[in-house]
Amino acid sequence: MTDHETHDYDVVVMGAGGSGLRAAIAAHEAGARTAIVTKSLLGKAHTVMAEGGIAASMGNVWPEDNWQVHFRDTMRGGKMLNNWRMAQLHAQEAPDRVWELEEWGALFDRTAEGKISQRDFGGHRYARLAHVGDRTGLEMIRTLQQRAVDLGIDVYMECTVTRLLKNGDAIAGTFGYWRETGSFIQLNAPAVIIATGGIGKSFKVTSNSWEYTGDGHALALTAGASLINMEFVQFHPTGMVWPLSVRGLLITESVRGEGGVLRNSEGKRFMFDYISDYFKAETADTEEEADRWYDDHINNRRPPELLPRDEVARAINSEIKAGRGSPHGGVFLDIATRRSAADIHKRLPSMYHQFKELADVDITTDPMEVAPTAHYVMGGVEVDPETQAATIPGLFAVGEASGGMHGSNRLGGNSLSDLLVFGKRAGEFAADYAAKLPARQVATAADVNDAIAEALKPFSTNGGENAYAVQAELQDVMFSLVGIIRNAGELTQALGEIEKFKARAAAVSVEGGRAYNPGWHVALDIHAMLTVSEACARAALERTESRGGHTREDYPATDPAWGKVNLIVTEKDGAITIEHKPLPQMPDELATLFEEGH
Amino acid sequence: MARDLHLRVWRGDASGGDFVDYTVAVEDGEVVLDALHRLQATQTGDLAIRWNCKAGKCGSCSAEINGKPRLMCMTRLSTFEPDETITVNPMRTFPVIRDLVTDVSFNFEKAREVPAFAPPSDNVGGKFRMSQVDVDRSQEFRKCIECFLCQNTCHVIRDHEENKPAFAGPRFFIRYAELDMHPLDTQDRKQMVQQEEGLGYCNITKCCTEVCPENIKITDNGIIPLKERVVDTKYDPILFLGSKIGMRKQTRTPVGPAAARAISPIKHPERTAGDESVTSVASVAADPGGDSVLRKAAIPAGATGAAAGVGFLAWLMRRRRTS
Repeated sequence: MTDHETHDYDVVVMGAGGSGLRAAIAAHEAGARTAIVTKSLLGKAHTVMAEGGIAASMGNVWPEDNWQVHFRDTMRGGKMLNNWRMAQLHAQEAPDRVWELEEWGALFDRTAEGKISQRDFGGHRYARLAHVGDRTGLEMIRTLQQRAVDLGIDVYMECTVTRLLKNGDAIAGTFGYWRETGSFIQLNAPAVIIATGGIGKSFKVTSNSWEYTGDGHALALTAGASLINMEFVQFHPTGMVWPLSVRGLLITESVRGEGGVLRNSEGKRFMFDYISDYFKAETADTEEEADRWYDDHINNRRPPELLPRDEVARAINSEIKAGRGSPHGGVFLDIATRRSAADIHKRLPSMYHQFKELADVDITTDPMEVAPTAHYVMGGVEVDPETQAATIPGLFAVGEASGGMHGSNRLGGNSLSDLLVFGKRAGEFAADYAAKLPARQVATAADVNDAIAEALKPFSTNGGENAYAVQAELQDVMFSLVGIIRNAGELTQALGEIEKFKARAAAVSVEGGRAYNPGWHVALDIHAMLTVSEACARAALERTESRGGHTREDYPATDPAWGKVNLIVTEKDGAITIEHKPLPQMPDELATLFEEGH
Repeated sequence: MARDLHLRVWRGDASGGDFVDYTVAVEDGEVVLDALHRLQATQTGDLAIRWNCKAGKCGSCSAEINGKPRLMCMTRLSTFEPDETITVNPMRTFPVIRDLVTDVSFNFEKAREVPAFAPPSDNVGGKFRMSQVDVDRSQEFRKCIECFLCQNTCHVIRDHEENKPAFAGPRFFIRYAELDMHPLDTQDRKQMVQQEEGLGYCNITKCCTEVCPENIKITDNGIIPLKERVVDTKYDPILFLGSKIGMRKQTRTPVGPAAARAISPIKHPERTAGDESVTSVASVAADPGGDSVLRKAAIPAGATGAAAGVGFLAWLMRRRRTS
């Protein structure tokens, strides 16, 4: 074994976004020696990109709101495939988690009474999203970052984990490298929390940054944990389409929450043509009713522009395919004719800035061009709903890296609240697990040496291609063959391509040295990207129905039989297998919430 | 429409480096970061760049472009002449790690010194009541994406390594202003920001405001009001007398810098004998606060570096004239 640096902790948190920071704070406050390991600098994680808000039924705008309504909205948004207990805990605990942020210095927008303001979002019955203009994620991550720094939690920045260390069946820590020097670092800990976010970087058009390579998903799977719901990928309805440079960049759902509407090239508000039977009873069927709803939620139904994201994304996709798209292959999102310029500046400042700076479009006078973009994976590490414990001892997962909470489709605003609610739970239970463990084991020297050899392999491979090329081709394949609309032929083809990419990824070469070498980083990340891509494609091939973020053109109907089943992905000796697992049974008192007919 | 772009990119590390010329194909609507990414993918795979969101929201990709401190992801190629060579070098105020990536841990250490927001003890669980008009001022400062371009530009520490220990910089002055203007905070950091964080070093040249990608009025809305508040409490004879004879009630508790712990929780790579990298670049050890002057000197102060500096000044003056 080389003489690399090692440190001992009780709990190691991988990732410094909302869920990782919240988990680390909780673990620290529970008395655990805690470390945060993050691929980027503190405060740069993908949470900063979250714009709209944090869903929590505080009832500040509509006193009629409560956790039961939020729970019902969440389950229906996920087409009932959610883990009911996670959805329940989430709805119950979200308000306290938001108020706690305020006690730590977050400054949310206010109502006239001085309470936290709440805004409308797709799939939410009442205005429920605590927000700060359209930069809520920044406010959240900065608040949590400042809290973590104030508590003195150890932070390993620009440090990438390449392997979960185990001893026997149980977790023993993490192994990885410092980006700055390329030197190795081993953190021994009996509890590791995966808070690494999603897998969006496997898709060509995505709102996600370079970090979203599915590291946590892949490391957990390889370590023997199972993944759940990996077929469900959320394509956010509104990504930028022009210029090409920013294709996929997110346009917040708040634009629609604030009154923005979608139109096709004929100027028609086409969403009225795409109201599915599932949401018919609660969706306005005339423009007049839809427009009245903004001021009166009680006597009017929600505009179809605020249907859940899967429904809106499919509708936009259909309009574009039918030839009614915008000049650059999207549809029009119009806020200019709906709100005053002053309102837009106040409520959507970063959208104004983004379009002005990057596309020369003034959204106070002109419509935006939008099309769906890969945004979020509902699937993730299978966890216990109360503790966030994965299926191997000592491993926990939280946020986008965990699965179950959002079922087949996540509602906007439910991500930030998910991070907070389950971040706190994961931190507390991981600390508790570590404290109660009778004896600790560290990884064997052989395993560590193996991890070192694996990380250094691209340097000793001569004459191979560079990893950027493999990455770019994988992104193409995933977006075009495992994208918003899928079929058996294309999924099978994608799996064939992924096998070829695996062979190529095993033989990539790296130029330069180990210090801050992005070429090397991509050469290592590509393996995780391939693993999660395969898990996603295999699960998508298995589920022969359409539901939420999984649409099969060869199986367009939603099948009640499939509504009782989660797909579980496991890996053994490099081979991925899929199992069917019955959904946990919802207790009667919750089930009655869905029978009230509203 | 594709065209060829000429780029000059600073390549090197703490031991030295220089500008390297490249030609790379670019498309309409692209930004500087796109051009560098293409360079990375097709010509020089190990080009070190720090970036995340590519949307101007995370503040990772700060650099100096033709001498101007900018975010690479928000600098459109169309703002340059088609045949113009675009020069990119790392932020000058921070030690170089490699190529365009600098060691910005100065900022994370200064962040540790900020005493956190302290709400009234009886005011929990959703009971906060604040008017929008009262939070507007602090919200402006919380737009900060921590790109540290203001820190990089500030002449108090740019080329003045010796001032760094005593000076928090514009990013943190607006953090102190934010807390001081928070309607519910119970602490008073005004003496501290003057005595410990070097607020007096700032002579309001507004360079920080000029480079802020979030258009935060750092000087006008943050630093100047903060200076006024410090002066009010420290030098106003009537207020001083009032506080001494108990006429003026202290509503906030004066505090000193946080982060009394000697060992920073912000970790850096350790040098260990057995961990030799496969090339000589392993000799770039992280040594925060060590030989950082030497490491910074690695950025060329010669023709190109100086030209970049002059370019920035000229740009600032142009901006002033037109605004």
